[in-house]
Amino acid sequence: MNHATQATAFVANDERAHWHDSALWFVRSKRDKCAHALPEWEDLRAAASEVKMHTISRLAKYLEQFEVNAKKLGVHVHWAKDGAEHNKIVHGILQKHDVKKVVKSKSMLTEECHLNPCLEKHGYEVVDTDLGERIVQLREEPPSHIVLPAIHLKKQDVSTLFEKHLGTEAGNNDPQYLTEAARGHLRDKFLGADAGITGVNFAIAETGGFVVCTNEGNADLGVSLPKLHIACMGIEKLIPRASDLSLFLRLLARSATGQPITTYSSHFHGPIAGGELHIVLVDNGRTEILGREEFRRSLNCIRCGACMNTCPVYRRSGGHSYETTVPGPIGSILAPARDANEFYSLPYACSLCGSCTDVCPVKIDLHNQLLTMRGKIAEKKILPWSKRIQMRLTSSVMKRTWLFRWAGGIARWIMPKLPRFLVYNRFNPWGKQREMPPFPKKSFRQLYADRKRNRQEDKPK
Amino acid sequence: MSSRNDILQAIRDQAIPERPLPSVDIDAIIFDDPITQFQTVLESVGGQLIQVESHAEVTSHLTGFPPYRNAQQVCCAVAGLDNLPDGPNFVQLDAIDDPHDLKAIDYAILPGHFAVAENAAIWVTDEAVAHRAIYFLTQHLAIIVPAGEIVNNMHEAYRKLATKGGLDQHFGAFISGPSKTADIEQSLVIGAHGARSLSVFFVQSQAM
Repeated sequence: MNHATQATAFVANDERAHWHDSALWFVRSKRDKCAHALPEWEDLRAAASEVKMHTISRLAKYLEQFEVNAKKLGVHVHWAKDGAEHNKIVHGILQKHDVKKVVKSKSMLTEECHLNPCLEKHGYEVVDTDLGERIVQLREEPPSHIVLPAIHLKKQDVSTLFEKHLGTEAGNNDPQYLTEAARGHLRDKFLGADAGITGVNFAIAETGGFVVCTNEGNADLGVSLPKLHIACMGIEKLIPRASDLSLFLRLLARSATGQPITTYSSHFHGPIAGGELHIVLVDNGRTEILGREEFRRSLNCIRCGACMNTCPVYRRSGGHSYETTVPGPIGSILAPARDANEFYSLPYACSLCGSCTDVCPVKIDLHNQLLTMRGKIAEKKILPWSKRIQMRLTSSVMKRTWLFRWAGGIARWIMPKLPRFLVYNRFNPWGKQREMPPFPKKSFRQLYADRKRNRQEDKPK
Repeated sequence: MSSRNDILQAIRDQAIPERPLPSVDIDAIIFDDPITQFQTVLESVGGQLIQVESHAEVTSHLTGFPPYRNAQQVCCAVAGLDNLPDGPNFVQLDAIDDPHDLKAIDYAILPGHFAVAENAAIWVTDEAVAHRAIYFLTQHLAIIVPAGEIVNNMHEAYRKLATKGGLDQHFGAFISGPSKTADIEQSLVIGAHGARSLSVFFVQSQAM
């Protein structure tokens, strides 16, 4: 599919699209306030970026170190090449423990691997316990944001959903009331679960432990009641030292939601008393990105979502229009890096404004990578013919000064005279939901020449 | 084991030049008055700070809290804090085998090791707490921290953890404020899954 086509439905509801835009901008503003309160913010970003780049450059060494240390703590370590193998491993562990009910805390990796449908197919009850994730799970749709999974929904939507599934009062849209209802519903799920699955925010090579960050406390409840904890992580989540966490925990929540730290930052260094702890290390295309120098830095990502909150295109088109687990600027690199044929349109959705690069806490040069990715996609000749012809035409005009001048002159003369149907039709996607800007009377070149002439005339003789 | 070797081999096949590992000891923020900073941030994330001289004062404050007074079941895992006011039923954490049996706890009084001024986080572990679940399962939470056990920022926090072997425990967490969510229309709601309130006590003297 194509991002522009997918976004059409979202922008059709003008009021909601604007609301979405401002809701995310509010989060971005909170992030700014938090970042500006720390004089060392830029030093933190620089150091965090270097730690990640270093780790990625010696990833095999750190993975082995992590495995050795985790095993010393009594943790079972598994390796999965792709999503299917990951799901098979998780299923195998659950089978061995005769598990029926699973509670999950937010994990973009398990979303990426489509773990839920796989386990449900095998008859397990899988409950997402982050409130936003539970909302989208009940709606049978994917999250639209990696940190704010239900940011595309209004409280009325949640109220209708909870009325149907949790039996809340019709028309009660109070977030406090709705959250309370979800709390009660999910408490039962926590207390009834046989196993807890979590993601991993950071895994520490030197200790063999890992850290999970939440605000709700769902990850902690999910793995403190049952005896079985399975933690699933992409191999790029490693950091060398525990002390590196001082950088990352300072950056993560401030960048994500403008909080000084998440409510809970839990460090797991071994199984719960009498229980088992499993870690699944997943590649699923990451080593391939590692091999591509121009995109390697995207593996720095700590999944804070700041690039989404700031992106003018994401804010106005919604996460679902990307049709990827990770949407927005970072997703528009990760997805086509894995499958250019399916996700070719995402880097083209970008306006190259560079705001994502400015806010990224680990200094991924997102807009540069997006531009590079466009080049790679064009080379592969997977763009639709309409875009290819358009680009070839534009480039042949822009390469020739005389043709560019001539075409510009013609356009300025004829465009204002054309009837509407010749300007606003299916060949002009720019005219779909907006008016074209009025054509100027003079070209930039003419304006510049005029200005120069006037200046000279103004000069004192 | 073959996936393991394949992944490691695939990584090693990419001959990536090594980048240097930087120091994390950057020039980080220091506060003139870390306690006030801690208190300001704690209040902004929905918690409250009470500074007291002794454990005895903790108990008198607790009696004033409606969530404590109205609690049906209470548990406490703070050494030396044993003259708690009468009223609620006390549950002995050590006497319980299965953490599920703690589901009715309304108020828990638990130990914290040290506080972090920049973000109002408190480092807790399950060292002296029989079931770590209680930090998250209780309806309301009080954390008792020895006064003076406060650091400016997370860099100091991890240095402290490194020297004290803080990560040797199977479980440890930074907790900052009560549980919260903003997943419904970005409206902040306190009390998502974990504690609905957090009171932090800085206690001067461990003696009664």
